Amino acid sequence: MSESAHAWLNIAGILFAVLALSALLIWLERRLIGLWQDRYGPNRVGPFGLLQVVADMIKIFAKEDWVPPFADKAVFVLAPAVIVLVTLMAFAVVPIAPGIGVADMNIGLLFFLAMSSLSVYSVVLAGWASNNKYALLGGMRAAAQMLSYEVFMGLSLMGIVMLAGSFNLREVVESQRDGWYVVPQFIGFVVFVIAGIAETRRLPFDLPEAEAELVAGFHTEYSGLKFGLFFVGEYIGLILISAMIVTLFFGGWLGDGLPPLAWFCLKTFAFICFFILLRAALPRPRYDQLMDYGWKAMLPLVLLNLAVTGAVVLAGRMPP
Amino acid sequence: MNAILNSLRTMGLIFLHAFRKRATILYPEKKPYIPPRWRGRIVLTRDPDGGERCVACYLCAVACPVDCIALQATEDGQGRRYPEFFRINFSRCIFCGYCEEACPTYAIQLTPDFEMCEYDRRALVYEKEDLLIAGPGKHPGYNFYRVAGLAIAGKDKGEAENEAPPVDVRGLMP
Repeated sequence: MSESAHAWLNIAGILFAVLALSALLIWLERRLIGLWQDRYGPNRVGPFGLLQVVADMIKIFAKEDWVPPFADKAVFVLAPAVIVLVTLMAFAVVPIAPGIGVADMNIGLLFFLAMSSLSVYSVVLAGWASNNKYALLGGMRAAAQMLSYEVFMGLSLMGIVMLAGSFNLREVVESQRDGWYVVPQFIGFVVFVIAGIAETRRLPFDLPEAEAELVAGFHTEYSGLKFGLFFVGEYIGLILISAMIVTLFFGGWLGDGLPPLAWFCLKTFAFICFFILLRAALPRPRYDQLMDYGWKAMLPLVLLNLAVTGAVVLAGRMPP
Repeated sequence: MNAILNSLRTMGLIFLHAFRKRATILYPEKKPYIPPRWRGRIVLTRDPDGGERCVACYLCAVACPVDCIALQATEDGQGRRYPEFFRINFSRCIFCGYCEEACPTYAIQLTPDFEMCEYDRRALVYEKEDLLIAGPGKHPGYNFYRVAGLAIAGKDKGEAENEAPPVDVRGLMP
């Protein structure tokens, strides 16, 4: 196979897989939450309710695509596209298995951080363009939340960069042959998981959309396909964070017995389920608590982790 | 620190729910148990001899808070009252059971059946032949005309169950 055909196949395959999975995740999430709440979840449409997604999709396509007259039309339309676009872009650097992956960048980690930070624009623009006080409050919360948690997200990964000596995600995975980074970088792992949830605005940290207080937050005014795009974006973000946790802390595709792709998918799936469990189990913190956890607990913790890791790496490099 | 431990414990407990029995009853396949006194579809019952219990006294129609019962009383040749037509509009009925309470002859009864959906609203208007069932329903042995002191053909005054013969008000004997 020629070089470019291989690349196109990768791009198309990953794009298709991610989009299909993000649709399937809606079903998975509803079934799993049902399981954990002693009920069934969707189980009527098709085998195990799998075609529920198709039914939902038909419904959402058939809905009226409405832009409120008071909204800033151009930005309103742009916002949902941004979140899907940037989360999909971030997938370009995820090393799924040897030979599978879109881009092999030497700054892959930075690219991922940049793209995941850009996704805040989607939420903020949606909140702003909706011209609605609840949407605006949601957008504002999202901005503050992302800004705070972005800091620890980046810092929590710097320990790994020090240990691996590279920003290239493939090299990060390869350097975990002797042991997963979750052991030496446990604090970094915990902080990254928490920041990751905050970054995807998943349930314990879904303050930007907090149904109980903000109607639906930043997507209050959205309906139909645009609303659907926000959800697809959220689920892609969920897959992305799970894939990144696996890549950075759990040795990516490395593992014995199964093919690399299977290992990667298995580990990612486990983390997706873990995130859904978080949603089923934990209540939403208050907004000031969210900020407190962030700045007063996580930042010192992650800085300490960084300092200790730096010292250890330096000590290892020093000539005896 | 306490908050973290609490959260972890919560997550563990929620995870353990995966192995519990689910509370959902998968309805159309599995029917739930419905108590016999459930207030569902209304029926008109017959006495043990097979005659209609309803004496068309209109009490159910009066008691009905949504006015969903309509009937017309008539009399047969033997002096028995019965409804000429009896109509319940189930698209109005709220299944309050007041008609059953009001009924002096146990004729109108509510049953544990609730599966009466229709696509056409007019199909929810039940006529007497839809309402009348073959049996006596919840009160098997009861026959109004056999205990009531009303004279009908074949049963004069004083011949009902537990009824003494009528007193001759003009006589001197006690």
